[in-house]
Amino acid sequence: MSITQDRVTTVIGKRLLRREDPALLTGEAKFTNDLAIPGALHLALLRSPYAHARIKSVDVADAKAMPGVVAVYTGKDLHSTWAAPMPCAWPVTPDMKNPAHYPLALDKVCYVGDGVAAVVATSDAAARDALDAIDVVYEPLPAVTDLEEALNDKTVIHDALGTNKSYTWNLKVESSEGAVDAAFKNAAFSVKERYVQQRLLPMAMEPRAVAAVPQPFGGDITLYSATQVPHILKVMTAITCGIPEHQVRVVAPAVGGGFGSKLNVYAEELLCVALARKHGAPVRWVEERTENAQATIHGRGQIQHVELAADKDGRLTAVRIRLIGDMGAYLQLVTPGVPLLGAFLYAGVYDLPQAYDFSCTSVFTTMTPTDAYRGAGRPEATYAIEVAMDALARKMKIDPYELRKRNYIKREQYFDKDGKQVGYTAFHGLNYDSGDHLAAAEKAMKHADYQGVRKKQATQNVPGARKRLGIGMTSYFEMCGLAPSRVLASLNYGAGGWESATVRVLPTSKVQVVTGTSPHGQGHETSWAMIAAEKLGISPDDVDVLHSDTAIAPLGLDTYGSRSLAVGGVAIAGACDKVIDKARKIAAHQLECAAEDLDFANGVFSVKGSPDKAVPIAAIAFAAFTAHNLPDGVEPNLEAQYTHDPKNFSWPFGTHICVVEVETETGKVDVLKYVAVDDCGKQINPLIVEGQVHGGVVQGLAQALFEEAVYDKDGNLKTSNLAEYLVPAACDVPPITTDFTVTPSPTNELGVKGIGEAGTIGAAPTVMNAVIDALSGLGITALDMPASPQNVWKAINNARGGKK
Amino acid sequence: MIPVPFEYKRAGSAEEAISLIGQYGDDAKFLAGGHSLVPLMKLRLAQPTVLVDIGRVKDLSYVKEAGDHIAIGALTRHMDVEKSPVLKQHVPLLAHAASHVGDSQVRHRGTIGGSIAHADPASDLPATTLALGATYVVQGPKGKREIAAKDFFKGFLESALAADEMLVEIKVPKMKGAGWSFQKFNRRAQDWAIVGVAAWRNNGSSGVALVNMGSTPVLASSVSKALSGGASIEDAAARAADDADPQSDLNASVEYRQHLARVLVRRALEAASK
Amino acid sequence: MQVTITVNGAKQTHDVEPRTLLVHYIREHAKLTGTNIGCDTSSCGACTVHLDGEAVKSCTIFAAQADGGSVTTIEGLAKNGEMHPMQKAFMENHGLQCGYCTPGMVMAAIGLLNENPNPSEDDVRVGLEGNLCRCTGYHNIVKSVLAAAKK
Repeated sequence: MSITQDRVTTVIGKRLLRREDPALLTGEAKFTNDLAIPGALHLALLRSPYAHARIKSVDVADAKAMPGVVAVYTGKDLHSTWAAPMPCAWPVTPDMKNPAHYPLALDKVCYVGDGVAAVVATSDAAARDALDAIDVVYEPLPAVTDLEEALNDKTVIHDALGTNKSYTWNLKVESSEGAVDAAFKNAAFSVKERYVQQRLLPMAMEPRAVAAVPQPFGGDITLYSATQVPHILKVMTAITCGIPEHQVRVVAPAVGGGFGSKLNVYAEELLCVALARKHGAPVRWVEERTENAQATIHGRGQIQHVELAADKDGRLTAVRIRLIGDMGAYLQLVTPGVPLLGAFLYAGVYDLPQAYDFSCTSVFTTMTPTDAYRGAGRPEATYAIEVAMDALARKMKIDPYELRKRNYIKREQYFDKDGKQVGYTAFHGLNYDSGDHLAAAEKAMKHADYQGVRKKQATQNVPGARKRLGIGMTSYFEMCGLAPSRVLASLNYGAGGWESATVRVLPTSKVQVVTGTSPHGQGHETSWAMIAAEKLGISPDDVDVLHSDTAIAPLGLDTYGSRSLAVGGVAIAGACDKVIDKARKIAAHQLECAAEDLDFANGVFSVKGSPDKAVPIAAIAFAAFTAHNLPDGVEPNLEAQYTHDPKNFSWPFGTHICVVEVETETGKVDVLKYVAVDDCGKQINPLIVEGQVHGGVVQGLAQALFEEAVYDKDGNLKTSNLAEYLVPAACDVPPITTDFTVTPSPTNELGVKGIGEAGTIGAAPTVMNAVIDALSGLGITALDMPASPQNVWKAINNARGGKK
Repeated sequence: MIPVPFEYKRAGSAEEAISLIGQYGDDAKFLAGGHSLVPLMKLRLAQPTVLVDIGRVKDLSYVKEAGDHIAIGALTRHMDVEKSPVLKQHVPLLAHAASHVGDSQVRHRGTIGGSIAHADPASDLPATTLALGATYVVQGPKGKREIAAKDFFKGFLESALAADEMLVEIKVPKMKGAGWSFQKFNRRAQDWAIVGVAAWRNNGSSGVALVNMGSTPVLASSVSKALSGGASIEDAAARAADDADPQSDLNASVEYRQHLARVLVRRALEAASK
Repeated sequence: MQVTITVNGAKQTHDVEPRTLLVHYIREHAKLTGTNIGCDTSSCGACTVHLDGEAVKSCTIFAAQADGGSVTTIEGLAKNGEMHPMQKAFMENHGLQCGYCTPGMVMAAIGLLNENPNPSEDDVRVGLEGNLCRCTGYHNIVKSVLAAAKK
């Protein structure tokens, strides 16, 4: 049975209000730092004020004598505690360089914020007071903050590696050898661009927080953490702290946003666990915002060299990409893999022949480690192709929409000659599941009044105009639903990409859904209940969703990469099918018919042709519980577990359009309109889908206009709090017009794709294309992000030859 | 996020506050609304050992008409400055500028006196009162004295206030129907101005002051001089940065600040001349 | 030092250090953890509560300054088991996702309507300038506040 095609849905597709909300709206929800933990000790970390320095000495005597201080540790004090260094789960190449990385630095600090010493005290205030009394003597070394300079190895950050280069990873696909070079040689048009993906701070509103509660005699330990990945964290805690895995329980309480920044295994988590065990008492830590800026992973951080070749009509004939990836000082959980997640998307939604040459070299710098941040590699790739497409259109002197239309993969290319939807096998061999790029674009064009804006532009953007109008677009593809385990194997990822679900019908017919996803704002409790309710033919109010506690939901791979619905949601549907299959056997037994003779609809099994002979699944659940009268070979209870390993990635797509006005005198950009037309396949709850788009768009728009982690030459982070790092507020961003096309994914039963990152992926290039479009009449063809007033003003000035 | 420990003293009157601050000396600080000081203390950038809380000195929160000027108690909150009917009528520029300070939560707590005494060149009200030709009344152990706004700001976060003196009143001349404008240029609404301009014009006279264009709020005397000499708005605005010595920071280089000052002064004068 | 603060209608007295911020007082002494801390620079507004009826950032006020005052936190809004109209409006308009900025956002929004009962969309956007949200893009927050104003 497929609920996407065969019958009208009753729950899926409805704008159900979120069941998560009352607790969050009333203060009832407990975030990690809200947990009452009697007797907890508090951890505070002394962090390096230097980007790069040798630690000559650490004197903790005064700190130890401070009131309330229980203990003070240096990296050396704790070194024997660790069974393994901090984990990097993605060794992308066999020869990738990965420096040993411990929760506290040993001899050297490699970024501002690197942990140097840990204080354990009876209160947070006492712990932080003691930090001021620790005396560290550093021998400062040169900072390395420029990616291209880092590659020169003039200053090598990790002595043992002998180089700052971590790896080079290539993806070259040619129909015949030399195809790329030939395409560029024969190109009627080509562009060669350099883009900088500035470092971003994820800035989830809830800073990280950790509490480790040990059982000193039993040996078990419970780790509460503001994490997206309790399951991964459990495994890694066991490995790094040397604790048998079955003695580690990880709980993610209410989590206040992640955006990738809580997809990691952090020093403070491991320190709390190790110190709780050492002291036989709970140890907790809460991050201050300044620490969050310095010691939680950063996002983006790439230099992109992008080359497109096209024939005389503008049809792409080759793409060549050279990346430098900024790893920061160490490799965190998936740091090296982030650029690879984009490697398959540098041709966007376009019908590129097999002439593709991608290479990424990643380097260490003396800055905070980077890792996955909303979109992880895919926004960077989309930015590169989409901003370069506009550059190509300018070069050809054709409308950027016209250029895109000539290159879109056509709807019919997703179908075989018999009209069967088989997907589009792209140049790199991955199969795009379904798409209709032109339909999404046309819808967006209508909302944005594209031609109307172009007309207005012609009259407004006269020489000397103080406000110039610009319109920009992006047609994106997102590779999400991470991920088919076999594909991950080919990319050397250290785990699979499956997701698990258990569906349990309780004796009173209420249903528990146990999921391995770990939501932190996405509304899984609401949406997962809808999926189970749809499948089982019951009300979503009768479904409870359990998650984010490895003792309750022991199997899972957590929430990131727009995977939760396309993998975890589909797993729930699969578990429901298994429950229904089992119930069908019991129903057949009770109704004295063959299982095949039963229909199941609206929660009721009925005999085909005799609808009065029927039994509801509720009654079956009770029968399965009492087990008084079950068919032979059927176990009591109505419960099933299912693990879904996706056959393919899912490929959401869409077109975003932005209209801006740029003040030429000051460089200030005003966003007049933002239109997002997205296609994430079937939607479970459109209310939630729209919310994901709104938030994603603003995060991408913020990269384009506001945000940048700025380091000075000495490696100091100059934007280390929310006064300096410009997360925009309500009045700084526009309302978002959202609309959708629905092209179900044929690769999973629900027809779903995922929507968590789409907004962010689409927004940055859309906004930048609009800004560049506004200024192109002044001779400006490129602009670095963020398009801050000063950057825009400088660009205008330069274009005028430095004259005012 | 957690300040270093300090001693807390609450003053019931200006006299008591001055006596307390005298008693504890250099490491003591007045605490009014706290919205300049507390953020610095949380980051441990300020570590006073004693705070003298003057927030409850009730008789210092007022807006009163007093002949040719309006007298504003130093502890009048930004929100009360913004909403004051007396100021809206007689000194609309100041009421309007107060509505741009921080955000509404900040304006519920921060005070005009606290903001001026903190002497931050990036704050809106020091420059605005400077443009308006305000006089500050300060009280010390020996009584009160008056300091003209143009003589008050001595350097970055430094003023003419002696260590044992407290700002008690701001006297702002009535604007008598002058045209005015407040221009605040920033990237996010809640932020400090990258550059701000407070300006008024009436018949032949004018006042223009700049926010965040140097180590102190800056009176753009060259602009007013040019205007009174008959210069066009465009030409007068071209002098906007002449009296300033701006710094470069994350949001603006010196050159960009100077440019912004010229643009914003022109806009302010255009608006004030309507 | 001793401070007496009426929190959600109940007068309570606690011994606190002078450096205790109002937000720490609320969370650690009054044991109400609905009020969140999101930054250390008074930028994010997550800690917004009402002090004597007005929205303030409780991270920028010492408990000592609020001595004798009356504080309303997110926990004090619901009456007789019913959420406040603003809380309901946030729920009905999907004005929250992770919910961390939400208590402060709701308190700021109620303060906004107290001062301006019929705001325009721009009034709402400007009125919430002191509150940051990373999830919603503000679109549905603005919608929620406008809906609450109409109630």
